[in-house]
Amino acid sequence: MAATARPLLDPPIVRRAIRDAIVKLSPRHMVRNPVMFVVLVGSVLTTGVLVRDVAEGQGGLGFTFQVTLWLWFTALFANFAEAMAEGRGKAQADTLRKARTQTQARCIPAADRKTEVVSRPASLLRRGALVLVTPGDIIPGDGEVVEGVASVDESAITGESAPVIREAGGDRSAVTGGTRVLSDYLVVRITANPGETFLDRMIALVEGATRQKTPNEIALTILLSGLTIVFLLAVATLQPFAMYSGTALGIPALVALLVCLIPTTIGGLLSAIGIAGMDRVIQQNVIAMSGRSVEAAGDVNTLLLDKTGTITLGNRQAVEFVPMPGVTVEYLADRSQLASLADETPEGRSIVVLAKERFGLRGRSFSEGGGEADRRGGAVAVAAPPVAFVPFSAATRMSGVDLPSAVQVRKGAGDMIARWVRERGGTVPAELDAATERIARQGGTPLVVAETQTETAAILGVIYLKDVVKGGMRERFDRLRAMGIRTVMITGDNPLTAAAIAQEAGVDDFLAEARPEDKMALIRREQAGGRLVAMTGDGTNDAPALAQADVGVAMNTGTQAAKEAGNMIDLDSNPTKLIEIVEIGKQLLMTRGSLTTFSIANDVAKYFAIIPAMFVVTFPALQALNVMRLHSPQSAILSAVIFNALIIVALIPLALRGVRYRPLGAAAILRRNLLVYGVGGVIIPFVGIKLIDMLLVTVHLV
Amino acid sequence: MTAAGWVQIALFSVVLLAVTSPMGRYLVRVYDGSMQWLGPVERLLYRAGGVDPDEDQHWTRYAASLLVFSAVGMLVTYAVLRLQQRLPLDPAHLPAVVPRQAFETSASFTTNTDWQSYPGGETTMSYASQMTQLAFHNFMSAAAGAAAAVALVRGLARRSAGRIGNFYVDLVRGTLYVFLPFSIVLALLFVQQGVIQNFHPYIHAVTLEGGVQTLPMGPVASQEAIKQLGTNGGGFFNQNSAHPFENPTPWSNFLQMVAIFIVPAGLVSMFGRMVANGRHAWAIWSAMFLLFLGGTTVTYWAEARGNPIHAARGIDVSATATNPGGNMEGKEVRFGIAGSALFATVTTDASCGAVNAMHDSFTPLGGMVPLVNMQLGELVYGGVGSGLYGMIAEVVLAVFIAGLMVGRTPEYLGKRIESREVRVVMLFVLVYALVVLTFTATAAVTAPGLAGLNNAGPHGFSEILYAFSSTAATNGSAFAGLTGTTTFYNTMFGVAMLFGRFAMKVPVLALGGFMAERRAAPATAGTFPVTTPLFVALLLSVIVIVTALTFVPALALGPVVEHLLMDAGRLF
Repeated sequence: MAATARPLLDPPIVRRAIRDAIVKLSPRHMVRNPVMFVVLVGSVLTTGVLVRDVAEGQGGLGFTFQVTLWLWFTALFANFAEAMAEGRGKAQADTLRKARTQTQARCIPAADRKTEVVSRPASLLRRGALVLVTPGDIIPGDGEVVEGVASVDESAITGESAPVIREAGGDRSAVTGGTRVLSDYLVVRITANPGETFLDRMIALVEGATRQKTPNEIALTILLSGLTIVFLLAVATLQPFAMYSGTALGIPALVALLVCLIPTTIGGLLSAIGIAGMDRVIQQNVIAMSGRSVEAAGDVNTLLLDKTGTITLGNRQAVEFVPMPGVTVEYLADRSQLASLADETPEGRSIVVLAKERFGLRGRSFSEGGGEADRRGGAVAVAAPPVAFVPFSAATRMSGVDLPSAVQVRKGAGDMIARWVRERGGTVPAELDAATERIARQGGTPLVVAETQTETAAILGVIYLKDVVKGGMRERFDRLRAMGIRTVMITGDNPLTAAAIAQEAGVDDFLAEARPEDKMALIRREQAGGRLVAMTGDGTNDAPALAQADVGVAMNTGTQAAKEAGNMIDLDSNPTKLIEIVEIGKQLLMTRGSLTTFSIANDVAKYFAIIPAMFVVTFPALQALNVMRLHSPQSAILSAVIFNALIIVALIPLALRGVRYRPLGAAAILRRNLLVYGVGGVIIPFVGIKLIDMLLVTVHLV
Repeated sequence: MTAAGWVQIALFSVVLLAVTSPMGRYLVRVYDGSMQWLGPVERLLYRAGGVDPDEDQHWTRYAASLLVFSAVGMLVTYAVLRLQQRLPLDPAHLPAVVPRQAFETSASFTTNTDWQSYPGGETTMSYASQMTQLAFHNFMSAAAGAAAAVALVRGLARRSAGRIGNFYVDLVRGTLYVFLPFSIVLALLFVQQGVIQNFHPYIHAVTLEGGVQTLPMGPVASQEAIKQLGTNGGGFFNQNSAHPFENPTPWSNFLQMVAIFIVPAGLVSMFGRMVANGRHAWAIWSAMFLLFLGGTTVTYWAEARGNPIHAARGIDVSATATNPGGNMEGKEVRFGIAGSALFATVTTDASCGAVNAMHDSFTPLGGMVPLVNMQLGELVYGGVGSGLYGMIAEVVLAVFIAGLMVGRTPEYLGKRIESREVRVVMLFVLVYALVVLTFTATAAVTAPGLAGLNNAGPHGFSEILYAFSSTAATNGSAFAGLTGTTTFYNTMFGVAMLFGRFAMKVPVLALGGFMAERRAAPATAGTFPVTTPLFVALLLSVIVIVTALTFVPALALGPVVEHLLMDAGRLF
């Protein structure tokens, strides 16, 4: 699915939504939304009155007709809003469906019997089946690679055109149905039954087919239903009150008052807001397994972020050479560069680059003699081959180079290098500890460089490898803090380094030397304190924590276990996106709250329009309450109903886009939104109803 | 409006502010069990009643205890009223109370309403009925109301799998440590001011003109104390606090008003201490105070302004040293306009219902304030307990509606508000609207309902609306223009009171229980603020818009149109 931004009012979607709006008038659909169901019943009732009046040939049909018309429009507009929100998802679902075209799968009995191919439609593949896919083939279903390495085009799912590598074993073994193999071959064990595949789930999700009301939506629906009943009581008892007062109220006027009072604005837009919120998540290329998780994202108190890749760039950069006493910095730089020439890691390359930039040392071909140069600062001769590079290994935790002159240069972790030096008869200078500690405290990783010369080894100095914090992270964390969200950095680094990076990045807290079980314990601890925790993860060992977290975002590049444990999947595999997800969740709730407030605040003006209009004939003194100076009782009632219907349409863009999100504290957001939607909600209908009234009078509709 | 009037209102406000915090501290110690100076009495009562004071009741059990206790109390009272002529302490030889009246009255006192539609306690109730039954309920209904509020607060304050305390313990401790001792002190103060307290037979006095006047006697001061402290409002005499034996001086009047507010205001402070958020409690207190001040100002203004028709006919309605001015109809000269307006506001802000003036004789707007006060749910300090829990229900509603706007699932005091909580709060709001609106509608269009009216037009409508607003809110004050002693009204009022009390209390206890099941999240910068002036403004808006809008159509046809017509020169 491509993440292209669709315009808010895409013509094909609008056309489809108009058709759907009418289909949705079916009572079976409307009854799911109590507020709009009342509108439907009211519309039917006034239509009945209209038919009766026509049959009896009564006068004054224009008013009843117009009220009836606008009541139907109110219901239609609400359906239109929902259909618009769904339309965007449906358009995306259509694109996805194309990827699910009927393919033939080549089933094989076992990975080593690739010749015994049986062709079978992909839709009949069950879990456990083995299939063979070769270049050009569409992978017939979700599965696990059991043999082979291949590049796969996953753009149908992720929208990312660059192919990705999928291989058996490890963290890149999961493949998704509907993606295409570009090179080599794969043997895939199918892991999902037909209809349960990732693609199926995604289609269902964006279409809203499996949409269930979220807990907050249910609670809000209860509130709105309660208010509807309250206003139903107020309007139903108005008829006896009017009888007592000697006034006869017509059904259309009563229904008009009821529809104006019940919270139709939020009632009509509620499901659209929810669908649009999910849609915004999908636009971010994130698949949320349920609306509940998006809502939970808005409530998150604590964000667990992995340091590497999320807060810092994946690779560290050499920024400084710290020589030991008696060693010149140029010499240290030279030896460091020598030891790193064959090191293709980003760290290694950055050492070569730093030496070049600082001291003009060029990467060079080796010649004999360089090793014998004067450690205290003599000119460095260019070494010539043959040389032997010693690659990094987890056991030695060091790498380096052996020069032909028996000179060995090593760089690596402090304790390992120190042991290496001692074993070769050297001593570790006291200054080493001070240097490494300083670097660690500044958030860097110390890389110690040593060499053997004339039979004894000596420590030359330390390379300062710095973790590079991604740009703009501090600002983002500040924004999160303003919203009351605490960020915790998770890292395998030692506490000193972790503290320094945490400070530089501006996170609130860190968990150093973290093992998977520490992460789990941290989540449990936070949750025990009543906080909601969000995290990202990709490895299989992240799965338990992803499942435990309230919001677990799995990376699409991650393992199947991680993807199943989380409740969202980021197709771009960008851990920083968690922050956007939190913002979308908050925006979703804010939009709901703002429109609810607006809807209820609107009632004040509607009372002022309709109550005097209903009783002014009996009690002319009530004209004093007609503060808007509306033209006539009929124009007043009609204006209120029209305003009530049109405001739904006017707010559809807001419902789909969401209210503007600002990273502020709760008090500031509340002040702002109350002003805009609360106070605004009281004032706007006064203006709107008056304008509609003037318009109705001008065009002689009343 | 006079300077002296405003000084009285200001003085009352200052005293109210001063008593709130000490009372809150005291109530915390009463309800957390740390106050023990009546320990032996307490333990004796538990043993006699077979109560295990250490049992922490689940909210369902708490609610069941409250309902059973109230039901038994009501049945006993019904029986005593029906049999009072055979019981001792009946020097005036009053006959048995008729069944419809006995039902309504037993419901009325059990529900803390003290709506008295019978023609005066002195001519209907024997000393035995007044002292053993009505006084008993005056204490018990107040203690039960406070207990429900305390239970809700406990639910908010702690996490305990839905357990919210022990009803019987709360009932006993509230009675022993609050209502009994405070009543004794207050009764003595009243006696000092001239309120009577005796068991004499009625005095038949010969007046200067030679006529014979019957002066009813009785243990008035003791009854008066709990009538106000427990926001009961049921007077010993029909004239209630307008009667010189019940409320003889401006000082006794002042004392009565303070007595009405002291426990409800203290409960707010107690709430703040129990949930460890004093600033939130003061925010609630401030919202209550603003509603109180607003109501008082409107009533005082409307009454001091008087009737424009009088002014139009050349009657001097301006206040001077010798003329109180304004609308003095139905008011006691010793209280004046300010004292009456303040009392009318206080008694309907709280669920008291004692009156020192005829609300029926107020100007339309002056009379609308007590009406609206009750329709808001009597949460301006409110009834003992019912004020606080009514206000907390509104706060939950406000936090839910506006809480979403800060982008989080709404939470109150760290506890999430989800569908269960919203459901019970909406039920709470619905019950009152349902009872008041449907009962008023029924009375307004049926013959037995209309038969009770003493006035026509909008004023008559206001009388019906007031009566049901008052009974369903368990206030008990009356517009007093309605003849309520008919089978129709006795039954309707009785049912309205029972619904208004118990159908609203159960949702409150459920809310407490649900909250007690939830874990509280710590407050962060993202937490909805409940201590700021903005919150106070929001709370007031929700109270006015959500609850008052329910009654706008009815009010428009009652006091509002009456006011507009009065200004146009027409009266009813």
